[in-house]
Amino acid sequence: MTPATKIGLSIAVATGLYAISYGALGVAAGLSLWQVMALSLLMFTGGSQFAFIGVLSGGGTPGAAFGAATLLGVRNAVYGMQVKAMLKPRGWKKLVAAQVTIDESTATAAGQQDPEEQKRGFWVAGIGVYVLWNIFTVVGALLGDALGDPKAWGLDGAAVAAFLGLLWPRLKGGESIAIASVCALATVLAIPMVPPGVPILVAALIAGVWGYFGKGPATEGLEPDIEPHTSREDHS
Amino acid sequence: MSALWWWVLAGCAAAYGIKLLGYLVPERILENEKMTRAAGALTIGLLASLTIVNTVASGSEVSFDARFAALVAAAIALLLRAPFLVVVIVGAVAAALVRFLGWG
Repeated sequence: MTPATKIGLSIAVATGLYAISYGALGVAAGLSLWQVMALSLLMFTGGSQFAFIGVLSGGGTPGAAFGAATLLGVRNAVYGMQVKAMLKPRGWKKLVAAQVTIDESTATAAGQQDPEEQKRGFWVAGIGVYVLWNIFTVVGALLGDALGDPKAWGLDGAAVAAFLGLLWPRLKGGESIAIASVCALATVLAIPMVPPGVPILVAALIAGVWGYFGKGPATEGLEPDIEPHTSREDHS
Repeated sequence: MSALWWWVLAGCAAAYGIKLLGYLVPERILENEKMTRAAGALTIGLLASLTIVNTVASGSEVSFDARFAALVAAAIALLLRAPFLVVVIVGAVAAALVRFLGWG
């Protein structure tokens, strides 16, 4: 196996396992097993899937859940552009590549120097995460179903931890922490004033405007959930 | 089909459309530094907001309960560089434990 293949596989296993928590939380949020699975098969972008169920479990409307999930997926357009520049996929491969364009596959490809390795890294991580993510989604959903009362098992606490875990690796440097703090504060202030789910969209608006007119580094927030480099395998 | 199903499918279609957009539009449109920065900031802001909503929102009220213990416990686990799944389990255990002890 080449270094890119190894990194892609290890990221696929680590990321695929998250789906257990997604599946369990999805069922606890009130989605059916099929709806939980549909999001993993078709939406396939973890942050957005967590956002969708997070808004629902907070009492938000399905429309607000759609809004939060869609906005959180906007970064994938930037990833698509980066992958297109590296891999130059053609025809139907472009359509498949688009579906597996996520944090992890983009980061694995971007972490390689050689174009062939970039290609291998992207496809191994992308397809690997896709397969394992969907398998572990079913495992998690069945587990969540079997648990019964989600609160007794602290599943609402698990959701809090999951979002903090997704945010954490993106907090690099002062500006990202400032954005997160201001958006967190705006959310707390907005909760009593607007319908459930809408505070998240208020925070999105603030962050989007801040980023557009800000001066921070262009890649802020566009980091993978798991570091795509391992010092052990770094011998390029 | 229920309204929820339509929103699920609409979300899926939007997610794929956004991904594909990156491959289809001419580079100079999206390769604008402002757009990249906005996308990055949006990601951070949304995740911060989702963390808070899941911690303190009870409908349209702010309440501090067992979920706050989960937030603190998860932050400690992250500081100790625990992997994602461990962080999630720590959050669940903290909330369940605090609730078992009679708070929230």
